[in-house]
Amino acid sequence: MTLTAEPTTPTTPISSEAFVAPGQPGSVVEVKPRYDNFIGGKWVAPVKGQYMANVSPVNGKPFCEVARSTVEDVELALDAAHAAKDAWGEASLTERAAVLNAIADAIEANLEMLAVAETWENGKPVRETLAADIPLAVDHFRYFAGATRSLEGRSTEIDKDTVAYHFHEPLGVVGQIIPFNFPLLMAAWKIAPALAAGNCTVVKPASPTPWSILKLAEVIQDIVPPGVINIITGPGGEIGKALASSPRIAKIGFTGETTTGRLIMQYAAQNLIPSTVELGGKSPNIFFADVMDQDDEFLDKAIEGLVLYAFNKGEVCTCPSRALVHESIYDRFMDRCLDRIGKIRQGNPLDPATMIGPQVSTQQIEKIASYVDIGRQEGAEVLIGGERTHLGGDLEGGYYFEPTVLKGHNDMRVFQEEIFGPVLAVTTFTDEADAVRIANDTLYGLGAGVWTRNGNLAYRMGRAIKAGRVWTNCYHLYPAGAAFGGYKISGVGRENHQMMLEHYSQTKNLLVSYSTKPLGFF
Amino acid sequence: MVDRSTTAPGVIATPAALAAIEALVRERGPVMFFQSGGCCDGSMPICFTEGEFVVSDHDVLLGHVGGFPFYIDHRQYKAWKHTQLVLDVGEGDPEGFSLPAGDNKHFLIRSRIFATEEPAPGKAGSTQ
Repeated sequence: MTLTAEPTTPTTPISSEAFVAPGQPGSVVEVKPRYDNFIGGKWVAPVKGQYMANVSPVNGKPFCEVARSTVEDVELALDAAHAAKDAWGEASLTERAAVLNAIADAIEANLEMLAVAETWENGKPVRETLAADIPLAVDHFRYFAGATRSLEGRSTEIDKDTVAYHFHEPLGVVGQIIPFNFPLLMAAWKIAPALAAGNCTVVKPASPTPWSILKLAEVIQDIVPPGVINIITGPGGEIGKALASSPRIAKIGFTGETTTGRLIMQYAAQNLIPSTVELGGKSPNIFFADVMDQDDEFLDKAIEGLVLYAFNKGEVCTCPSRALVHESIYDRFMDRCLDRIGKIRQGNPLDPATMIGPQVSTQQIEKIASYVDIGRQEGAEVLIGGERTHLGGDLEGGYYFEPTVLKGHNDMRVFQEEIFGPVLAVTTFTDEADAVRIANDTLYGLGAGVWTRNGNLAYRMGRAIKAGRVWTNCYHLYPAGAAFGGYKISGVGRENHQMMLEHYSQTKNLLVSYSTKPLGFF
Repeated sequence: MVDRSTTAPGVIATPAALAAIEALVRERGPVMFFQSGGCCDGSMPICFTEGEFVVSDHDVLLGHVGGFPFYIDHRQYKAWKHTQLVLDVGEGDPEGFSLPAGDNKHFLIRSRIFATEEPAPGKAGSTQ
């Protein structure tokens, strides 16, 4: 993933080099007026015939309709998944891996189309979807194709004549609820391990981003056996609930906010099934004084590391939304960072030069504005930004917000709550112990960043921070094979690693006696 | 469950929110609210039908809106207790699991800082 902050003018109208909007003449993305659910390998109209408008955040205008599904559609999807589960669960590892690799190849062959679709629906800059979201999704399917073939069962010789064999067996049919911030990548994170472990899935995309995954389904519909992947769109309160609480699923995976996370686990408890929940964070990004010992490439990397709070317009569970800067370098370091932030180019996300696009929805932008407001009420100083951006023209109806930095202290709500926008809260620390104290003074524990030229300090910090991932002298890298998940209220479970195969499998133990002798009790 | 509803109300509701609650209750019966945190719809108030969400012994009852309870997680309460929440209604369907606040509308919260030694805000129209 490459993210460079080039010195260009801050905002810009649509460039002639921008990709054509999906559905328009010359676009790489075809848009149908209406999309049905993807069930059993077919496009199935919602039982009650209801559809809902799907809006692009780029201009705030609807561009297609998707199914407004109901409980009946959830049941149809579960029927299809159950019909497919035995054959898929018994498919050889060769066959399963071949399907996963074929999915990866198909996504790769349609990389530009899917990147533009993802950008149009979510608002993330196309240079991110081209360089990060879609290539990472491709790699994720390939990773799990390999991971499932290399996963071995275990056996233990209990005694000379008794052996405990452990096999991985599929759970069956699982439910997976995808967030709006990385609609395709988070779908890949969930679908790939579930399929690799031999399960069939019913997927519900997030309400603001139901469409790009349907474009993905178009690309893979002839590759995946019918019923192995089923996708239903509609309101979370209705079909999300129906899916998560269904006694016909064997596991539920969810990424989203804490209350729904608790609700998902409550439903799982009622059905006595496992769940994986990833619920966000308020990740500290810590800059020690020695980052400024030299004015070199590493300092440049560290500055970019702070500015990465604006990656995907801050709509990232691990957004480095709290910067902790050593007091001795605060002024000099922040001058450099604010200069870089001032050069962030905001505009049409279909323009490859754009660095930040619109937030995903009006609700998100309202929320961000309300947080900046409360930050001001609490006495935070606005160092840059703080307002909604009005780009005029075709983009005036879009949901753009200025890259913002608030200076304050860690007790402020803007330091304690996930804003999910391009808003950084920055404060200072005095020494290593103070940095650890502030870093851990949060309800969350998903990600963290540590920046220093001192390897010993980096290691101590990495181990002291209560978070599932501590990026050390880097940030926002998401390679397949690096476990991802939260401490504290950031969630339960891990993703993105071979261990996921265990989370999507039952353990079958065959305890076998090769002795012919009776026990002698009866 | 910790009851904070008898002190200065931690949550009040706008007339639009009260009207939405009334309409929702007419359609679906009694409701409850839980203030969320974290990813995606993180700071949204989630509206459930009464009893849908299991409240723990540690959750905090911030107050009542339109006669219905509004809760927050006890850990989140510690970070939020110096602010008063104002339940309001915005355009667009809810993005998560919340019930809507009417057709194509969602509940949202705004916040204000309690002034030092602020007298309890009037309860009429807010906690009832």
